[in-house]
Formats: sequence, C-alpha cells, structure tokens
Amino acid sequence: MSTAVATLRTNATNLRRLLPNWVWGLIFIALAILYPYILDQLLAAPDDLLDASIYTLGLIIMALGLNIVVGFAGLLDLGYVAFYAIGAFVIGWLGSQQFPDVNGGKGIHILTPVKSAFGSDLPGIHVNFFLVIFIAAVFTAIWGVILGAPTLRLRGDYLAIVTLAFGEIVPRVFENSTSGIFGIGHTDFSNGRQGITPIDKINFPWTDTTFRYPLELKPVYYVGLAMVLLVIFLNIRLRDSRLGRAWIAVREDEVAAAAMGVNLVRTKLWAYALGAALGGFAGCFLGTYTNTVNVDQFEFGFSVFILSMVIIGGMGNIWGVILGAIALSMINRYVLKELNGVPEKFGLDFDVTSISFGLYGFFMLVMMVLRPEGLLPSGRRKLELHGEVDESDHIGAESDHELYEVRQQG
Amino acid sequence: MEAASIPETPSAQPPRRFGDVLADNILWVLMLLALVIFFAKDPHQTLDDVKTGLSNGLIWALIALGYTLVYGIIELINFAHGEVFMIGSFVSVSIWQTLNITPDSAILPIIGSILIGLIVSMLASSTLNVMIERVAYKPLRNAPRLAPLITAIGMSFILQNVGLLWRPQPDSSPDLIGSQNDYFHVFGVAIEHSDVFAVIVTVPLLVGLLWFVGQTRYGKAMRATAQDPDAARLMGINVNRTISLTFLLGGLLAGAAGMIYALYNGTIQFNQGFTAGLIAFTAAVMGGIGNLKGAVVGGLIIGVIQSISDTHFGQVWTPAVVFAILILIMVFKPSGLFGEETREG
Repeated sequence: MSTAVATLRTNATNLRRLLPNWVWGLIFIALAILYPYILDQLLAAPDDLLDASIYTLGLIIMALGLNIVVGFAGLLDLGYVAFYAIGAFVIGWLGSQQFPDVNGGKGIHILTPVKSAFGSDLPGIHVNFFLVIFIAAVFTAIWGVILGAPTLRLRGDYLAIVTLAFGEIVPRVFENSTSGIFGIGHTDFSNGRQGITPIDKINFPWTDTTFRYPLELKPVYYVGLAMVLLVIFLNIRLRDSRLGRAWIAVREDEVAAAAMGVNLVRTKLWAYALGAALGGFAGCFLGTYTNTVNVDQFEFGFSVFILSMVIIGGMGNIWGVILGAIALSMINRYVLKELNGVPEKFGLDFDVTSISFGLYGFFMLVMMVLRPEGLLPSGRRKLELHGEVDESDHIGAESDHELYEVRQQG
Repeated sequence: MEAASIPETPSAQPPRRFGDVLADNILWVLMLLALVIFFAKDPHQTLDDVKTGLSNGLIWALIALGYTLVYGIIELINFAHGEVFMIGSFVSVSIWQTLNITPDSAILPIIGSILIGLIVSMLASSTLNVMIERVAYKPLRNAPRLAPLITAIGMSFILQNVGLLWRPQPDSSPDLIGSQNDYFHVFGVAIEHSDVFAVIVTVPLLVGLLWFVGQTRYGKAMRATAQDPDAARLMGINVNRTISLTFLLGGLLAGAAGMIYALYNGTIQFNQGFTAGLIAFTAAVMGGIGNLKGAVVGGLIIGVIQSISDTHFGQVWTPAVVFAILILIMVFKPSGLFGEETREG
C-alpha cells in the first residue's frame, strides 16, 4: 500500500478517534435530519436532489438487506429483485384500487381515509402504510425462506445462478398473473405490463390527511429516514448477535461452523428471511413513493445494481454498504441527469442516463480487480482477501491497524 | 473424453435395483412421458414443435459449448458469454448493412457475404472473449471464487451497454436466406430455409470442436488443464495459453451462433444476449457442465422444451418454464442428465 494512502488512512482514523463513536452517530443523524433544510439554503431548486435522496433512502434499506445475505452470510444472491417485487406488490394490493370488488365494491379501509381528496369513494383495499410495511416485511420473509430453502445445499456460483433464476421467475409470474395465478382463479393481480398505479400516499394512522409528495417532499423524506435508522439499528444489533456471529462463521467456513455447532439450515434461512424482509420493507416505500408498481422495475439489472452497492461499499460492513448505496444511487438518480449535456460537448451523441448500467458494471469490475474489499472494507473480509498475498502489509503499523479493525468488527 | 479418463477397475458394486435406476433417470422419464402425451394429443403440432425446437436448440448448443468449455477449465460461469454472442450478431448484421446486401442481391454475393459475416463475427467474438479473459478473469485467478463471477457480471453489463449504444433500438437483419420459406416437407412438417441453414452451419462446427478437443495436441492440453491445472503445468503445458485458447474457441462458437441467430430470427437487439445466455447456461447445466456432448444434447432438449412450452403454455410463460427447469436441475441433479462424467468429457 502506498504511503500517501496510508497517511490518509491514519489521519482518518485519528480523526475518528477524536470523538466517541456514539457522538459521531449523533452528528450524522443530526445532519441527516437537517439535510432538507440545508438543501433549501444551498440550492435554488432543491427538489431534484431531495427526490433523488428519498429514492436513495429506499435503496439503502435494500442494500443493507442484501448485505445480510451476501455480506454477513456469504451467500451470493443474484435475485434480490424478487423481494423488491414482492414487497412492492404487497403495497400494490393493500394500498390501491387494484381489487375494486372487495367488500361489495365499498372497499376495505384500515386507518386510511375513506374518501379521496376530491370526495369520491375509494373502492379496493386500503391499509395504512405503517401497517403495510410490516405486513410486507413478514410476507417477503416467508418468501425468502421458500425461495431460500431449495438453495441450501448449493454453494458459490450454483447458488448464484439459482437465485438469479428465482429473480427472473418472480417478476414473470407477476407480469402474467392478470387472470389468476397459473390459471387458478380470475383475479387480476398485476395489470400485466401496465402495472398497478396509483398507489396510496402515506398517512399517519391518527389523521386522514395524506402526504402530498411529489409536491411536498420533506415529510416523506423523514418517513424514509426513520425507516433507514430503524434498519441500521436492526443491522448493528443483528451483526453483533449470536445469529450474526453464526452468519460470519458460515461465511468463513461452512464445515468448521457446522462442527462448532452452528445450525447451518437455520442460520442460512434466517439470513434469507431477514434479507428478504428488508427488501419488502423498502419495496413498499419505493412503491408508494414512485406511485407505481410495474414489472419493468423488476429486472435483473436491479439486482446487480443493489449488489454493486454492497460490493463497492465493502461487503459485510454496514457503513461501507450505506456509502456504496448513497454513491451509486445518487449517481444514478442525480449526477447522470446533471451530466446529460456533457457528451455533446465532445461531439458524441448519446444519453448519459442510458449508460448507467454499463457504468456499474465498470465499477464492479475495477473494484474487484483493484480493491476487492470495497471502499470501506470490513476488517475481517479484507484479511480474507489479502491475507496470504500481501504479507508485507501485516508488518508494523498497518498490522496494528488491521487487528484493531478486526477486534472492532468481531 | 473417454480416452483421457483413467480406466477404472471394475469394483464390486451391489446390483442396482429398478427403483434406483428410475430415480437416477426420473428427469428423462418425465420428459419423454410429457413428449408422448403431447404427441398423442396433437401429433402434427408436436412434430412441428420438435423441429423448431431442434433447429433453435442448435443455436443454444453453440452458446452452451462456450459456457461448458470455460467452466470445465477454470470453473467459472462466464456471464459475459451471452453478450459475446450478441456482439457476434451485431457484427454480422453490420457487415451486411455496410456491404449493402439485400435479399434481392444475386446469389453469389449473398453466399459470399454470409460467409464473410460468419468468419468476421466469429473472429470478432473470439477476440472479444479472449480480451474479456485477460481483463476480467486473469487478474483474479487466485482470488476467492466469487470475485471473477462478479467481474463477469460487470463485464456483461459493460458489453450490454456497448450494444445499447451501438443499436439503441431492435434492428432487423436482412433476410438473406428467405428464412420463412419452406424447403421441403417431412411427415407433413414444413422444413424451412432457416432450419436447413442452422443445420448446415452448426453441425460442421460441432463436429470440428469435438474433433479439436478430442483429437489434437491442443485439445489434449485443454483436457489436461481441466483435470488438474497444476499437474498440467508440471507436464510442460502452458496453462495460461490453454485457458486463452478455451476462451477463443468459446468465442468462435458464440460468434457463429450470433450470425445464425440474426438470420434465423430476423431481429437483433442489445439484450438478446442475456436471455440467450441464461437459456444456453441451462442447457450446459442440463448436459452436465464441462461435458461437451452433454451441452449439445442439453441445447437441443431446451430448444424442444421451449417450443412445446410456447404452444401449450403460451410464449409469456416460456422463460419462467426454462428457469424453473434450471432450478430443478441445479437443486436436484447438479451433475446434469448424464451423471458424473464432467469436465471436458
């Protein structure tokens, strides 16, 4: 490792040690809370950036969910989009007019306004958003177990392919379930390629006033932020729990973990279930925020998008994954749009947003070749990847640093 | 290949019961049963499906060989292989467009341009595949196994984007062979130009590949590397060059498949590689990954399953059917339909 990077890193570590970790946490939370107001002060039209940020909040939750499966438990899942789809369809079913005939056409309303803003009736099922997210989390967790169970015997790339196939099948099933599922029944579950739209806006259980995004973005930002903070808390607690340690043991060496008494089946299924639950959780949020649940959103590319967040950020490290999610999602949703005029200046004629997936592919490739541990690596993972190759790295100050990190993670 | 495997001494195995044999071959039995049922219901339609499936399956077989060759030698799923196939299609169509060949041209220019298209797309795809190996897989030869898989996905996305910039919209290929025209009839099944074309181009390539891997020095080096890279290196085999050669062969076949696909289907688009890649991968797994003849048979079977599913479940369900089969095989019979004989056999 070059001296410049090492110095930078020592400086960063020293800076971090200035204050206890919980103070840093509070500072970041305060910044996140003040963020919309800071944007108001800095930018003339802050809504574009805030919109991208809200979308990013949803993706952070997904990246953290995938991190449980890929980063903690070491099960390469290429079909994470399936859980996004399932979660989004849950809010599509429980928060729209998709089933107009229920309850004799009067609709079912649970803690949501009975009439629309214009005073017309609202048929269909309408359940409050704050209930739906937990229903969706449980529902996707069940599906996580169902899809995970057949893959338990598989390892490595076979596992990756099977999850990929599931990720392809689930959206196809939704797409084709316009008249019952597999020809059973005649209910339209998905509107085919049109998708379900509009989706109910969020409202608090104690009031009938719904949020007014996309006109007014701050309230929905805070809901998203609260969800992210909840998920981060959950992730930290999980990582340090008995289950979290079992995941890491399974990731390092399945046979050794089993010999030490780790129940492989239960450990892996919990990883799938919790990872999937977060996917559903975020899927609901993105469903209502984007106001549509549409099979076009659920492509293989999305799974890879989330996976590259985890990889670029640093597999297994919660903060790294959050960083990766913010970076990629903001690039996708904001930076590329802002750069749209650039190719023309060089005499090239193409739409910058159209190359976003090639860009992620490029990031993933470069990252894997040059720095496979990611931007903010988890110490343990880094030792795994560089352990035997760069033995010179572990002499002197470097090695102290890494041991310190390992202890932190452990 | 049989020649390479160490002759096994016949060991005293308990006599196999009928139940065991059935359990080992249950997938075969189920597939044959389904075919017989469909045939009884509508013989003509089923024969037609089988014909379409077989000629389509030849294309999948060509792509599947690329997967199986690479997996056999470095145990890597070359995710970018589908995109190499897509680039092959694009190159050949571009050649026909630049040469300004239309179906109305004289017969000699048409045949000549098809040959040029075939050769150039094969060369382009194989060069590309070798370059992919250099850039994305070689630096990670000793990394954990998931690392090259991830770079493979990255590479696949980059190439897909190259395709997107090259042809943002689906493009039509000039119908040089009059692909929909009937050539002759067998049992009332119309054999179209495209079917004959697929057979004429594919079969020599398949035979050539099997000969190359089975009979030549280079093929022997490939098989040795597949069995044990370290031992192969000790025997004086240049392992790195052998791996490059494997990628080269896979690319050649993918390029040919791309050219055939363009003429066979008439339309090409940037994301054709992803689906085709997954289908071909299913075929490779079905035949037992690493098993060359298995990949060919797997490709044909997948082709037939697809066309039968198209007629009986509708085209929208066919991808789901193929993926479901992929999952079933990987979970219940990961060694493929032909049992344990894996690795370049």
